[in-house]
Amino acid sequence: MNTNTATQPLVDMRELSISFGGIHAVEQASVDLFPGEVVALLGHNGAGKSTLIKILSGAYQRDGGEIDIDGSLATIDNPRDAKGYGIETIYQTLALADNVDTAANLFLGRELLTPWGTLDDVAMEAKAREVMGRLNPRFQRFKEPVKALSGGQRQSVAIARAILFNARILIMDEPTAALGPEETAQVSELILQLKSEGIGIFLISHDIADVFDLADRVAVMKNGQVVGYAKTGDVDKDEVLGMIILGKCPPGATPGPGALAS
Amino acid sequence: MTDSTEPQTTQGTDTARASELSVVAKFIRATELDTRMLGMIGALLLIWILFDIFSGGLFLTPRNLWNLSVQTASVAVMATGMVLVIVTRNIDLSVGSILGFVGMIMAVTQAELLPVYLGFGFDNPLTWIIALLVGIVVGAAIGGLHGYIIAYLGVPAFIVTLGGLLVWRGAAWWVTSGRTVAPMDSTFRLMGGGPAGSIGEIASWIVGLIVCVALVAMIFNSRRQRKRFQFPLRPVWAEVFLGTLGCFLVLGAVLIANIYYWPIGIIRKQIKAGLLEGVETEIFIGHGVAIPVLIAICVAIVMTFLATRTRFGRYVFALGGNPEATDLAGINTRWVTMKIFIIMGVLCAIAAAISTARLNAATNAQGTLDELLTIAAAVIGGTSLAGGVGTIAGAMIGALVMQSLQSGMVLMGLDTPLQNIVVGIVLVIAVWLDSVYRRAQH
Ligand SMILES: Nc1ncnc2c1ncn2[C@@H]1O[C@H](COP(=O)(O)OP(=O)(O)OP(=O)(O)O)[C@@H](O)[C@H]1O
Ligand SMILES: [Mg+2]
Repeated sequence: MNTNTATQPLVDMRELSISFGGIHAVEQASVDLFPGEVVALLGHNGAGKSTLIKILSGAYQRDGGEIDIDGSLATIDNPRDAKGYGIETIYQTLALADNVDTAANLFLGRELLTPWGTLDDVAMEAKAREVMGRLNPRFQRFKEPVKALSGGQRQSVAIARAILFNARILIMDEPTAALGPEETAQVSELILQLKSEGIGIFLISHDIADVFDLADRVAVMKNGQVVGYAKTGDVDKDEVLGMIILGKCPPGATPGPGALAS
Repeated sequence: MTDSTEPQTTQGTDTARASELSVVAKFIRATELDTRMLGMIGALLLIWILFDIFSGGLFLTPRNLWNLSVQTASVAVMATGMVLVIVTRNIDLSVGSILGFVGMIMAVTQAELLPVYLGFGFDNPLTWIIALLVGIVVGAAIGGLHGYIIAYLGVPAFIVTLGGLLVWRGAAWWVTSGRTVAPMDSTFRLMGGGPAGSIGEIASWIVGLIVCVALVAMIFNSRRQRKRFQFPLRPVWAEVFLGTLGCFLVLGAVLIANIYYWPIGIIRKQIKAGLLEGVETEIFIGHGVAIPVLIAICVAIVMTFLATRTRFGRYVFALGGNPEATDLAGINTRWVTMKIFIIMGVLCAIAAAISTARLNAATNAQGTLDELLTIAAAVIGGTSLAGGVGTIAGAMIGALVMQSLQSGMVLMGLDTPLQNIVVGIVLVIAVWLDSVYRRAQH
């Protein structure tokens, strides 16, 4: 089920469940993640991918199940807890504070302060220019509230925020949905670089080609349940599509509770 | 957009357009002045000039301007807090009632509790500060209660503070069964202004000069900071212009306060009491800046600092722009909301001190309808009811606009019903103009 059995998993989510007023958005879903590994979460629209990772990021409180981080049971009741474990998230909705500028968003909740305890806006802007320069060199609109930015620029801000604080576990929910080809390539490069630094990454994407380029493993969800897990080397794109659309588990994959009984 | 990372050519598209800008636009860009704020100051000046013409030159006199400043103080203090409340998409309808209740508590403390029951006697030098502290604690507690119910129990602020409007007005009556409490402690009364409650000519000049020095220091400091990180700088002429304009306005205000002289009746009394010597018609003693005005300015400075230079302020604005995102960023948004209402309660207490001191009494109806003036001041001052946008300075000017309208109409001898009609119409027009302005910005 995993690539390097030698180490213990960075994250081990076991049988997580959550429902919203009768809808089982996520049901008994288990996924794990190792250091330096990219695990892609796949599934149709409304399959429960975002909901699952929002439990990990502290945005939602689960109804059942357990999360281990570094092998011991973790308490994640709110986003602050998750950040305490080094979990950083790029949300599908980006979750930016629209009316403040890029630097303020990058440092929201972790502002740099002067020796007098006041905001060090100048230092934050300098650091923001540095980070954004790496992700999106063309970006120059630092003085404007982020609502004035384009969709792709906003996405770059959300990505920059997630990598700014030495994350150990990075959750990327469709991080390149709004990006142009050049910027997407930059993000792919970034993912590979972070991976080489030993960071564990959950990647949610609808782009199967991208997933096969970047991910070590895939976990496919359907109607809130996990259909199955597979190493990207053990299955081909059509088989993964079959998992997503039909819930059919190919021979190269390990079936989960949501797999079509055959 | 350009690929250049050189600071001077940031915002490539905008720089390209800059060559076609008019002189005015170039000027505004160079000085980075807020056009909305300029418009508001323009509107204020227009109101002043019109009233001066229609009242036959009664409006723009040192006496009237000085009175205007004192009358504005109490609502201005509360308006600074209302900005934070509205920025986070809440509202506080209870500030007038809190003012009434806390004013009553402070009055009873200094006029009955301390002197009679605790044996302080009258005019004890400690009385004023104890009364004020009691008021601030009570105000903070009331604000904290509102904030707790809003933030942690999830009842909308509109409902909680509507309830508060009724509860605290009723509670104010209950403290003394509706009886008016007077007089106030003589030191406490200084917070209300008047000849004694002003700091005099020399102290006013000193305060004015300190403010000017601080202004220039701020301009230098921000320039130095920007240089340190090689960010684009304002042209030197723009910096000089801003500094000069600021100092000119500050010193001009001090001058006006200083040439409003003590009324002859008071001079006569002082001569009789042996405190002054000479001929009553030849003695000119300027009031200088009134203490309530100084209090309001200090509050505005502290609140501006809170709103723009601290983490708390940053969270307030982020919360107003996108509550969910702020929560996901790991910020304890409930606690931030509760703190805002605690601050609002403290500001109500300060406003109550100013207003009871000025009236030299606490009455049951004190502060009635102040919530509407306060909200109007914040909104006219550019605070958006949609959340996320607002400035303390704007709210102060908004309070001045509201008070100017009222005083001006009184000077012109307009009836109260007509005054209300005008204020109501102006409020609607002001917010409409603001929305037009904002749409034009995008
Ligand atoms: N806050 C919520 N309240 C009620 N229902 C919700 C909520 N969040 C998600 N759901 C429901 O849970 C299910 C899973 O949604 P989720 O957002 O996790 O899907 P997804 O796999 O991320 O889809 P997509 O590919 O479209 O992003 C959907 O049926 C959705 O309607
Ligand atoms: Mg999703």
